[in-house]
Parts: sequence; C-alpha cells; structure tokens
Amino acid sequence: MDFDFQFDWSAAIASIPYLLPGIPWTLLISFGGLAFGFFIGIFFGLLRISPIRWLRWVAVGYIEIFRGTPILVQVLFIFYGLPQLLGSPINALVAGIAAIAVNSGAYISEIVRGGVQSIERGQREASLSLGLSRVQAFRYVIWPQAFRRMIPPLGNQGIISIKDTSLFSVIGVGELVRQGQIYIATTFTALEVYFMVALMYLAITWTLSILLRQLERRGIAGQ
Amino acid sequence: MTDTVSPTTPPIVRMQKLNKHFGSLHVLNDIDLEIVPGEVVVVIGASGSGKSTLIRCINGLEEFQSGTLSVDGNTLKPNGKSSKALQTIRTEVGMVFQQFNLFPHLSVIDNITLAPMKVRGWNREDAVNTAKRLLDRVGIADQADKYPSQLSGGQQQRVALARALAMEPRLMLFDEPTSALDPEMIGEVLDAMRELAKEGMTMVIVTHEMGFAREVADRVIFIHKGVIAEQGTPEQIFSAPQNEQTRSFLARVLKH
Repeated sequence: MDFDFQFDWSAAIASIPYLLPGIPWTLLISFGGLAFGFFIGIFFGLLRISPIRWLRWVAVGYIEIFRGTPILVQVLFIFYGLPQLLGSPINALVAGIAAIAVNSGAYISEIVRGGVQSIERGQREASLSLGLSRVQAFRYVIWPQAFRRMIPPLGNQGIISIKDTSLFSVIGVGELVRQGQIYIATTFTALEVYFMVALMYLAITWTLSILLRQLERRGIAGQ
Repeated sequence: MTDTVSPTTPPIVRMQKLNKHFGSLHVLNDIDLEIVPGEVVVVIGASGSGKSTLIRCINGLEEFQSGTLSVDGNTLKPNGKSSKALQTIRTEVGMVFQQFNLFPHLSVIDNITLAPMKVRGWNREDAVNTAKRLLDRVGIADQADKYPSQLSGGQQQRVALARALAMEPRLMLFDEPTSALDPEMIGEVLDAMRELAKEGMTMVIVTHEMGFAREVADRVIFIHKGVIAEQGTPEQIFSAPQNEQTRSFLARVLKH
C-alpha cells in the first residue's frame, strides 16, 4: 500500500471561514434545547418522586420513551413525521431544538430525581419541625442543596447534547457538520475538514468542562 | 421547674391509647402520656424500644395508626390526616436532632432566621436580632457568619438549639442530642439544655445521659418494647426502680 497522502494544513485552515458560521447554529440548538430540557427535566424529575403513583408513572413513561429511542430517530420523527400530523412543515432549527429538549429532558429528569433523593432525610425533617411547609422546605432547603449536586451531571449532559447536535445535519440545519459537508462537496478535503470540525467541537466542550471544573473547585457545584 | 407546675395545669401534650406500627412491628403500644407546661420529661430505654418514635409522633414526623394525640389544643388524627393542625403544632414545637440537621448551604445566622422569616413572617432585622441574642445565649455569638461545616459538633448542636428556639416554641423535643458528639463536647450542649430547663421550658428529652436525666428531669419515663414500663421522679426510677426491665436496663447502662 502506498501512504503518500499528506495532511494539507492549508486546506484545513482554508475551511475555517466556511465552518465558523456553523458554530452559532450548533450553540443555539444545544443551549436552546438544553434550556427547555432543563425545565422538562425539573418537571418530570419531580413527578418521578411524587407521592402520587400515577404521576410517577407518567414520568417513568416519558423517561423510558425518550431515553430508550435514538435521538436521530427522534429528530427525524419531529422534522419529517410531525408535519404530516400537523399539516404544516416544521422549521429545521425548531426541530433540532425540540429534539435536544425532549431527549436531554429525559436524562435531566433522572439527574433531578437523583439530586433531590441524595439529600439526607434529616434536612426535610428539620425544615418541617421548624414549621416550614413542604413546599418551603423544598424551595429553601432541599432544592438549593440538590441543585449543587446536580451541576456536575448536568454538565455531562450538556456535553453529550452538544455532540448530539452533529446528527442534525440530516435535517439540513446549518450546524458545524452540515457546514463541513457542504464545503467538502466542492473541495473533497474530507480529512482536513472533519479534523477541523472535530477541533471546533472540542473547543466548545472543553470550554464547558473547564467552566464546570471551576464551579466545582469554588465549591459552588458538587457536595 | 416542678415548683411552677400546679397539678391543675392543663397538659400541653396528651396522648391516649397511641399505637404505632412499622409494618408488622408494633413500635408503640397503647401509650398514655400527659405532659404539663414547664415539665422536663426524660425518656430512657434500650435502642429500638420506641423512645425516639414516641417523641417524633408529637410533632408529626411519625404517623400513628390509632389513638389520640393533642399538642397545645391541636389534635392530630391517625395516619397523618390533619395537615392544618400539624402545621400549627410544628410552629409551636421545636426539635433538636441527634445529627444536628443544620442546613449546610446556609450560614449560621441564616439557619436560624429562615423559619422565623418564612413561617412567622418576621422582617430580616428582627429575625437577625433574635438570632444573635440566641447565639449569645448558647455561647457562640462569634460564629454567626460561619457555615455549619466550619463548626465543631458541640457548636453545631448549639446552633441547632438556637434555631429551634428562634421560633419561640412552647415545647422542645430532644432526640438523643448528644449521641453524635465527641465526649468533650457533650457538656457544652447539656449546659445549654440545663439553662433552658431552668428558664421553665417544657422539654421532652430522649437521652442516654443518665447523670443529666437524674439532675434535670421532673419525670423519667422508661420505655420497653413500645410500652411505658415505668415512670416516676428521677429518684424513684434511678434509686428504687420497681420494674424488672427498668432494673436490668439501668444495670446495663450505669455499669460503665
């Protein structure tokens, strides 16, 4: 075999201006979706530990469905399937954000449940014994502590969801991978371009990792 | 303590035929108990005898299955079906726990002011002033801005006591308040409790500190397998116990 192929740095660098416009789309879909996913996660996470059995079942149903099916199928369903039901097309950006939201929401539900359940029973008992209502005990005592513990796993989920957006090139939304594909179609420099695409994902996820580590080091996140 | 209690004072706690089950386990069996204002009652018994469960019923941290329980005129129904009365009771009854249960994300001062502000609706200034006065009273006025994890166990438990007192309770429950403490810190917590008893606070204390019980209690209750096996003055219980179980329990705990 003949390995005379050379990595062409100039081709890699030349692709940067074409890839950069994908970054805002990647960030918009990721963080837009995660923001909704966070509220979905709080909602179903709290239902999941509700004292009322059928509410717990609703939450379990949601979590199992969206955790148990591939996000690629979810986004295809939303983008190509739902319009047949609704009778009107769905914007690719909206479909991408929705897919991240419902998917991350299922995982975040479990993070919320775990965070709340990790708080020692004595915290709730002390709050109630002071006359706080159950809602007050949750709001002022349980939740602030649970949220700190949730930050590291939430960060993990954020990184996973950012990478998941790469799949959304299939619905034609102009995120990083899609920008790369369009560029490669005219230059045929797949090696260099996908290398640069990977670097750009790393830049985003590393930034998030470092931020999270700072939060943990300052005692804002974690135990 | 006893001299302020007249026999006609209506009881602040009244339990009649109280029964509590944990599954098949009969934890409290037909408990009858009345506590009058100003009284200091110490509950003793082996671990698993039901003594903690008994005081946790008083502020509704444990539900009971049958019988009646009223605290300061508020009646609790079996199986936790009386949320309004329960809420009232909890604002009137303070509790100190074995594990302190301070709120680790709040400073000492915020631990103490939280309930008065959110439950009683005090403004921050009043709540802070009361908190500082209470911290001074339990001897840790200089720790107000620290976080619980920065304090020793004895200091944490005194904060927990100040936190409960900030609600101006009519009755204080203590669930083994010194059991999680290093020996050298037990004294400081007992001293604070002794002061409180002197001031006339009604107290129900579950403890293994027999010397303290003897000194502070108006009445000692011995619980054995969910039943009040014997009760009386500290003198009666510690010097002349009538019940066989009381004698064998005391022989075991007083040996060391």
